[in-house]
Amino acid sequence: MATISPPGDGPAVELIDVERRFLTPDGRSMTAIRDFSMTVGRGEFVAVVGPTGCGKSTTLGLVSGLSRPTLGAVRIFGEPVTGIDPRVGFVFQTDALFPWRTVVDNVVAGPLFRGRSKEEAYEGARSWLKRVGLAKFENHYPHQLSGGMRKRVALAQTFINEPKILLMDEPFSALDVQTRVVMHEELLNLWSEQQASVIFVTHDLEEAIALADRVYVLTNGPATVKSIYTIDLPRPRVVADIRYQPRFIEISHTIWNDLREEVQAGYSRSAA
Amino acid sequence: MTDVTTLPAAIGESLAAGETPGARAARLRHYKVLAWRWAILVAFLGGWELTAATGLIDPFFFSQPTAVVARLWEWMTEGTAEGPLWFHLWVTMEESLIGFFTGAAAGIVVGIALGRNRMLADVFSIYIKVINSIPRVVLAPIFIMIFGLGLGSKVALSFVMVFFVVFSNAFQGVREADRNMIANAQILGASPWQLTRSVIVPSAMSWIFASLHVSFGFAIVGAIVGEFVGSRYGIGLLINVAKGSFDAAGMYAAIVIIMVVALAADWAMTRLEHKLAKWRPQPHGEQT
Ligand SMILES: Nc1ncnc2c1ncn2[C@@H]1O[C@H](COP(=O)(O)OP(=O)(O)O)[C@@H](O)[C@H]1O
Ligand SMILES: [Mg+2]
Repeated sequence: MATISPPGDGPAVELIDVERRFLTPDGRSMTAIRDFSMTVGRGEFVAVVGPTGCGKSTTLGLVSGLSRPTLGAVRIFGEPVTGIDPRVGFVFQTDALFPWRTVVDNVVAGPLFRGRSKEEAYEGARSWLKRVGLAKFENHYPHQLSGGMRKRVALAQTFINEPKILLMDEPFSALDVQTRVVMHEELLNLWSEQQASVIFVTHDLEEAIALADRVYVLTNGPATVKSIYTIDLPRPRVVADIRYQPRFIEISHTIWNDLREEVQAGYSRSAA
Repeated sequence: MTDVTTLPAAIGESLAAGETPGARAARLRHYKVLAWRWAILVAFLGGWELTAATGLIDPFFFSQPTAVVARLWEWMTEGTAEGPLWFHLWVTMEESLIGFFTGAAAGIVVGIALGRNRMLADVFSIYIKVINSIPRVVLAPIFIMIFGLGLGSKVALSFVMVFFVVFSNAFQGVREADRNMIANAQILGASPWQLTRSVIVPSAMSWIFASLHVSFGFAIVGAIVGEFVGSRYGIGLLINVAKGSFDAAGMYAAIVIIMVVALAADWAMTRLEHKLAKWRPQPHGEQT
């Protein structure tokens, strides 16, 4: 099918009837996501929730260009994804920092890979470290930092590349609740400055509602989109307080009723 | 890598001033370990000396510590029957060092190349398995036939001894590199070559170092076995000559020399590794 919109003119991300199958170790084929369609507008913040193991990370892998769909089309800005696109940034669930590099050397990695000059890269890195409050720690190694600090390094490492599309795979799930709220505030600040489009994967529904413009609820695997909710909470949002607002609680109830079936289905499947 | 500035004091090092009961216990334990180590050494050497002196074991075959020390002293001050000791030691070291560095370099390069390239790995793995199944020492006569009695044959043997150990560790190290970290580097914009250089090689480094530790010993084995089989100089030759003249003290003296060299190399390697691995967290309860 030919796209009508000229390249560079479409929405930030489109997945159209995507299917992704894996080969299991015993040689059979296993479908992780199926009939999956999703659109993310420019500058939009989309959260994706679903039971563990349903296929959320797989979806992000397709958008990032790290893997290819078995069927269907994946486009960013109207162009098909053929490989890793320099406009995409990815914050991983587990630590993906380079442990043998100091904090500042981790942050300059992207610009240096992309052929910037050393001075420019280090200058940029220092200013980003200041932004995330780690200026004093630039010569520390990752293992000398707390989990929240490492996550901030990861954010700086990603944001210094100025991604137009930001993919986040349960980025804060390993953090304690207080640190997580601080990170939410920081993320929203950075996002509103950068005007990036975000896909934020999480299994934490409250996190999804507090951050996103729209929430995609996925079915238990193989994942397809079960429902889409628009979150009409006003911005700028104060994440620490928002969860006590009546409207938040109302939305949260509605989506949870929807999600619960899938979580239970997933639970009984994995328990069987 | 870029400039590595000083680290803040590690947590374990900040206890010096007011000694806690825990630190005291650790110190006592440390002394106890040292005391036992010395006791065992003294008992072993003393027992050897005594049993040899009283004729319980035959000093003709087993020699005795004092005789070994005397022979070492004689070699160091007057030289061996085959010429100065230092010359022989130097020959063996030269063979081992060249074999070690070339073997390690080749092992690292080939290991990383095959680890990074599925196709190459699938094609060559079978040959590597086959060659690896040959006991290395049987190659000594062949190498001597091909490369002669001099340096070349010993270096070749050292090389093959070192190569396979380092190769298999480098290969494994590449395969074990964290997938998340690789994906991160790719998204950040790393080309395949940048990925190899700045992610794969550093993360395989601890595997490679583990193999370098043992493989200097293997390099020495290669050189000495080569010298046994045919040579004009080297520690292996000294052992051969000592054997020919039923000089037990000479054989043990040569062994002591090799031990000292191997331990010194291991120590130097550990130092280098610590220097390069500043980024690693201190293992719990590590003491030196
Ligand atoms: N590389 C892979 N090979 C085989 N199966 C995979 C692979 N990646 C993911 N899967 C399977 O696909 C399903 C979805 O995985 P994933 O997308 O990681 O789930 P989520 O991120 O929602 O927890 C799981 O059942 C998982 O076992
Ligand atoms: Mg996941």
